[in-house]
Amino acid sequence: MKSEQQYIDLFTANRDLLDRNGAAVMNACREKAFADFARLGFPTQKVERYKYTDVEAAFAPDYGVNLSRLEFAVNPYEAFRCDVPNLSTSLYFMVNDAFGQKSLPAAALPEGVAVCSLKQAAEIYPERVAACYAKLARTEKDAINALNTMLAQDGLFVYVPKGVAVERTIQVVNLLRSNVDLMVNRRVLVVLEDGAQARLLFCDHAMDDREFLTTQVVEVFAGADAHLDLYELEETHVKNRRFSNMYVDLQRGSVVNLYNFTLHNGLTRNRTDVSLSGEGAEVNLYGGVIADKEQHVDNNTLIDHRAERCTSRQLYKYVMDGRSVGAFAGRVLVRHGAQRTVSEERNANLCATREARMYAQPMLEIYADDVKCSHGSTVGQLDEQALFYMQQRGISREEAQMLLKFAFAGEVIDAIALEALRDRLRHLVEKRFRGELSRCSGCKLCK
Amino acid sequence: MEEKDKKNDKSSGSVEEKNQFVREVAQKKYEYGFTTDVQTEIIDRGLNEDVVRLISAKKEEPDWLLEFRLKAFRHWQTQQQPSWGHLTLPEIDYQAISYYADPTKGMKKDGPKSLDEIDPELMKTFDKLGIPLEERLALSGTAVDAVMDSVSVKTTFKEKLSERGIIFCSISEAVREYPDLVKQYLGSVVPYRDNYFAALNSAVFSDGSFVYIPKGVRCPMELSTYFRINARNTGQFERTLIVCDDGGYVSYLEGCTAPMRDENQLHAAIVEIVVNENAEVKYSTVQNWYPGDAEGRGGVLNLVTKRGHLRGANSKLSWTQVETGSAITWKYPSCVLAGDNSQAEFYSVAVTNNYQQADTGTKMIHLGRNTKSTIISKGISAGRSQNSYRGLVRVAPKADGARNYSSCDSLLLGSECGAHTFPYMDVHNDTAIVEHEATTSKISEEQLFYCNQRGIPTEEAVGLIVNGYAKDVINKLPMEFAVEAQKLLNVSLEGTVG
Repeated sequence: MKSEQQYIDLFTANRDLLDRNGAAVMNACREKAFADFARLGFPTQKVERYKYTDVEAAFAPDYGVNLSRLEFAVNPYEAFRCDVPNLSTSLYFMVNDAFGQKSLPAAALPEGVAVCSLKQAAEIYPERVAACYAKLARTEKDAINALNTMLAQDGLFVYVPKGVAVERTIQVVNLLRSNVDLMVNRRVLVVLEDGAQARLLFCDHAMDDREFLTTQVVEVFAGADAHLDLYELEETHVKNRRFSNMYVDLQRGSVVNLYNFTLHNGLTRNRTDVSLSGEGAEVNLYGGVIADKEQHVDNNTLIDHRAERCTSRQLYKYVMDGRSVGAFAGRVLVRHGAQRTVSEERNANLCATREARMYAQPMLEIYADDVKCSHGSTVGQLDEQALFYMQQRGISREEAQMLLKFAFAGEVIDAIALEALRDRLRHLVEKRFRGELSRCSGCKLCK
Repeated sequence: MEEKDKKNDKSSGSVEEKNQFVREVAQKKYEYGFTTDVQTEIIDRGLNEDVVRLISAKKEEPDWLLEFRLKAFRHWQTQQQPSWGHLTLPEIDYQAISYYADPTKGMKKDGPKSLDEIDPELMKTFDKLGIPLEERLALSGTAVDAVMDSVSVKTTFKEKLSERGIIFCSISEAVREYPDLVKQYLGSVVPYRDNYFAALNSAVFSDGSFVYIPKGVRCPMELSTYFRINARNTGQFERTLIVCDDGGYVSYLEGCTAPMRDENQLHAAIVEIVVNENAEVKYSTVQNWYPGDAEGRGGVLNLVTKRGHLRGANSKLSWTQVETGSAITWKYPSCVLAGDNSQAEFYSVAVTNNYQQADTGTKMIHLGRNTKSTIISKGISAGRSQNSYRGLVRVAPKADGARNYSSCDSLLLGSECGAHTFPYMDVHNDTAIVEHEATTSKISEEQLFYCNQRGIPTEEAVGLIVNGYAKDVINKLPMEFAVEAQKLLNVSLEGTVG
């Protein structure tokens, strides 16, 4: 049986339930998404953008789906412990795809700023949501988008009105919690109006030792001169499969910095499509991956330069250990007329064991002549001379290796603007390299 | 003071003259676009098993070769034409092509004994092409296996080479004279199942060159073939097989020109190179087939499979290519580094202008230990052309100590063209070091300004900069080729800037 069939059956059997528990704006997109999904099916590895990840296998098992919106009991104060020390944030949490409503004291946000459940938002301001929902994440060509759009019932909505700067970092802890194997379809919509500024921090955790399958579609709209820093930190477990599609649209003069760290996971595929639609926009992508055992991390990016004078930078670093598989495919597309584009793409990878595999594919596709584009990619291992030097000075080989790996990954961590988060990440990465599971100290959840 | 002015006038005049000349050259229609009326025996258009049998029969081939062709043909029928290239391929009607043309028919059956016996028209063609087929050969020291359409016309220097045991002949002759060698190596590097065009070539290949360098022999001269598509609507399906035995060395040149035609001409060749222990092969190509006119009409479709198999330890293979012609170029000269300590190099300059399209690069498959590969690729696109580099570097789990360095640069001349880079790196070994870097840019204003300031007009400055840019690759070519390649670069690009 082809694995898409169970999703087709699921949708046809539970159409009413989906509509009943979803907002009208979201329901309106289901039919088309379903048709697209049924037509496309899951992409095979012959499809260029899915070359390195076997999608069908990940979707083949039979997962539970919480269509009737049962509430999962979670003590938010346990979740609260997974925070970043010394970083004052407006903290929210999501259990699977549901926004945690009541448990935390309401964070003080500037007026007009909304951080709430997407379903609620769609009911309160349907026009605002309808103008953005499923506008970037098109369902015609991507089966994951289609699947998510046809099944998504809730998610996160972040809205920052014109000219408003949100000082405090907005932190959203995504918790995966279930007593059975579960599929989660999360939807995130981030809208920054002209001149707005915000910092978002998404942390992914899995609380239960269950098989999880998460599809996440994130749509980010950055208005003219808006500024957004978006951090994503995945610390789940080997039984989690994550398919995240992020779409970012940048208007004139806006700046978006995207950080993505995969510290602990099972199978992760992050697709990031950035469209530089307005003149002078700037996007910076930083990715850090530390993988071992059987972990699989696939980052796939597309930077679409549509307007003049835009800048894009990408820096992805992988440390591959055990039998892990890493893939980085980055494509920079400079469209006709996108003159004076500056684009840099850099991908460096460390393979620490023989069984670890790395696939790198940095691509440039350029249709304009007044551009400066470059990409570089390396796959290698730790410098023997540096190791020898340190050993000579009495540092054990293991320690020396650790130091070098840490320095290697440090380049990405140093790019983080938030000092507290930077320290936190250094700490987590160090622990990770020391072979300790990346668990927060003192946290009851991750005993 | 006045004198000085005069001097300036003079020098600017000479520059003007030069420019005039360059412009003339640039606007010149494709120089080699002529048709020679040689009596050609062409078989009917279309492709089916009978045609494959007919080709084989005409060439009086042994049964095993016919069997090989038929297997390939049957496999080809089950295949679909691939479409993954960054190219817009026109639809190819494989039934509208004649698969065999033999310009030597009409002469004595046993072929030309001396130069006088060759059709004078054919000789003229070679004159125009500038092949030093006669005494000039001795001076230039080049042995030419001239392939015109499908049958090898004349092989020079054969005797001299055979003294050392080197075999350099057409592949049909090799099938007759050295069947064991051919049988052993044919299809061993590029099997007929490899890809769509390889299957097609294996089914209908007409002729090509065969080179065998025996153990420990250094080939004393550069070997060279000239391919030329002559008769209308006949695809050129050559097959080249180079075998360099233990400790041997050979440098092989291939140059291409094709006459001007309106329909697209199909060229689906296979080049197979076997490099044994301690042997070294250098393979250089200057490809200048008809690129189509300024509106993108016509031009050759160059869909070629080239691969070298470095079987022995310490073997070396180097591909150098200068691609200026063809409407569509789709090829990846590749190396399979199976022998321990083997080394492979790939140097390429690809120039596209007008509506030309190129999707070219290389594959380096590291299988043996301590293998090294280098890729230097320079793409230059102008007009409305699309130029892509696509390359794969794969390090197999057992290829300890593999090392690769790739660098691909693209230069854009004009705002309507495109330059693309698609590198793939698959690393399955922790001791491998694989590096890739690429840049894309246009000629910098500062460089041009600097040249202008010193009295070099923009057009010349562009020529200078482009030639400097491609120097890394051109330097790798044998002398005679390097001169030709430099001229080609200038002619291909003039009129695109300024």
